[in-house]
Amino acid sequence: MAGILVLARMEGGSVARSGFELLGAARSLAEPFGERVTAALLGKETSAYLKTLFVQGADLVAEASHPSLGTYAPEAYLSALEQICRSLDPSMILLSADSIGRELAPRLAHRLEAGIVAEVIDVAVTDGIPHLISPAYGGKAMSVFTPKGYPLVVTLKPRAFKPLRADESKHGEVVEIDLDLPPHLLQVKVVEQVKEEAAGVKLEDAKIVIGGGRGLGGPEGFQVLEQLAKLLKGAVGASRAATDAGWVPTSWQIGQTGKTVGPDLYIAVGISGATQHIAGVSGAKTIVAINTDAEAPIFKIAQLGIVGDYKKIVPRLIGKCKELLGR
Amino acid sequence: MDIVVCIKQVLDPEIPASQFKIDPVSKRQVQADGQGLVISTYDEHALEVALKLKEQVGGRVTALTLGEPSATSALRKALSMGADEAALVSDQAFQDLDAKGVAHLLRAAIKKIGTVDLVLCGCESADWGHRTVGPLLAEELGIFCVTFATRIEPKGDRIILRKVVEDGYELIEAPLPLLVTITSDETNVPRYPKVKDIMLAARKPIPTWTAKDLSLDGAKIGKGSSKIELRQLYIPAREARCELIEGETPEEQAERLAFRLRELKLL
Ligand SMILES: Cc1cc2nc3c(=O)[nH]c(=O)nc-3n(C[C@H](O)[C@H](O)[C@H](O)COP(=O)(O)OP(=O)(O)OC[C@H]3O[C@@H](n4cnc5c(N)ncnc54)[C@H](O)[C@@H]3O)c2cc1C
Ligand SMILES: Nc1ncnc2c1ncn2[C@@H]1O[C@H](COP(=O)(O)O)[C@@H](O)[C@H]1O
Repeated sequence: MAGILVLARMEGGSVARSGFELLGAARSLAEPFGERVTAALLGKETSAYLKTLFVQGADLVAEASHPSLGTYAPEAYLSALEQICRSLDPSMILLSADSIGRELAPRLAHRLEAGIVAEVIDVAVTDGIPHLISPAYGGKAMSVFTPKGYPLVVTLKPRAFKPLRADESKHGEVVEIDLDLPPHLLQVKVVEQVKEEAAGVKLEDAKIVIGGGRGLGGPEGFQVLEQLAKLLKGAVGASRAATDAGWVPTSWQIGQTGKTVGPDLYIAVGISGATQHIAGVSGAKTIVAINTDAEAPIFKIAQLGIVGDYKKIVPRLIGKCKELLGR
Repeated sequence: MDIVVCIKQVLDPEIPASQFKIDPVSKRQVQADGQGLVISTYDEHALEVALKLKEQVGGRVTALTLGEPSATSALRKALSMGADEAALVSDQAFQDLDAKGVAHLLRAAIKKIGTVDLVLCGCESADWGHRTVGPLLAEELGIFCVTFATRIEPKGDRIILRKVVEDGYELIEAPLPLLVTITSDETNVPRYPKVKDIMLAARKPIPTWTAKDLSLDGAKIGKGSSKIELRQLYIPAREARCELIEGETPEEQAERLAFRLRELKLL
């Protein structure tokens, strides 16, 4: 092993949380080998943010700022990462399995002639070998992969790893990487960004998430869920059946293909509980199911459940919660 | 526009977890009773996007799969949906392929098909779900790549894609040739083939290409070429203990749930 590199990137004027999750995972992989952890920070003006990376567990920061990296441009980001890896030669490279990491990781692996293990939810070092666990068959099975050599590129599921506790006393070394990013790399460009988040708490950060599925019967059902979410200061997500029907935006999808959420409370309404959906809520502390079908698989994973019609249950639930919360 | 759609045949992924079986030795899923073979979910959506695009601007759609001879039925389905051509890549010699090996073989087949403007893949396969084959194939072909799109519109010699991201979507303009991976939304729900088209598709020839028909780099697909090893496949234990909230009426059940949540300090 020759060090672990994680990709940290800027998002809305600060370092994206995913970078800190990666640092947490990287430390647990690096320590058994006595290796160093490097954070590569991509962005336009990054110097003000290096400190937080040390505080969150980096020994070294590769600062790769460049005017072309201000917002995500796939070809420019990929080339930048490739140049950083060629210069630092890490043996493992960790990226988040988010919309950006999933796009970059396989291509980076190809360029570095590295192995790739994707969608990892847990890591362990046994007998000096990293074991990487990722779901297969829609979460019905788990697979354990080991590298046959290095370098190795790995994507880690968002929210599956926790950032380390910040240690303000930590500092480290900065290496500046001179990047060569010719303009043709900007040919794939974002021409418009459209936000589809509901008002209130972000789905990924919410302590309470209400998920709606096909059982809601239409977009109106989601208005009721949104009332409940607003009252509980939570957020609304959906199953693929509901997003595919166009009832709510695709970006609201929870599950294997969609988001991973880790709330204290997940209320699944009109959702049957397919493994591909549950894959996105496995981090939830308590799952509550509301479903007309007592045989629905969701009752096999929920801690609390009501067999019944959401149309009768949710409005009364809203009423009672209002009373109890005095809101 | 000449489009290749890479489709994979898989065991129906929507069977309940209770029926799902694996063979821990071969580390693969075992076909359950009555579990059919289908086109991997998002590949069918990719096919739909390709067919819509063809209807708009003309061109050809070729469905391409790498797999067992049984995968011909997936290709027949693609033809019946409206693909113009189909090709199967299949050879006993292809053993122990990882995503890189798959991408290398798909590349060789695409080169054999000829000039291609757009290559579409599903965003993730329904069995492994690694999301790696598409971007690896882009590298193999040496073309740009955009992942997780739901819609594609032509714009002169370029295209506009709608890519789903965490907080909404982005419209992305990109040059051709390009590889795009597709996820589902309400605009790309796969069409049902018409009976007439199913009959026509049944008569279309589907070539099978083996190693000798393709120009391949043995180092990328040979035994031992993989840089990772699948050590173990297992079915995770799920504890099942659901406390069902009873009541005379749904309203009463709802009230009890609210109380229970309060008790558990979840509210
Ligand atoms: C590769 C792949 C990836 C996938 N990724 C995802 C993913 O990321 N997220 C995801 O969600 N799915 C995903 N799926 C789809 C998944 O397998 C299921 O098809 C989907 O989750 C089903 O959605 P649902 O539960 O809303 O619908 P259904 O399975 O149709 O369930 C609807 C439920 O509503 C109940 N119901 C009906 N009426 C009422 C009522 N009035 N009140 C209360 N309950 C009612 C019914 O009893 C039923 O249980 C994926 C599938 C594949 C193959
Ligand atoms: N054997 C195959 N034949 C054709 N296409 C494939 C094959 N394996 C994977 N793909 C394509 O690659 C996508 C992503 O697969 P994966 O990387 O396994 O998630 C799939 O949705 C298909 O479009």
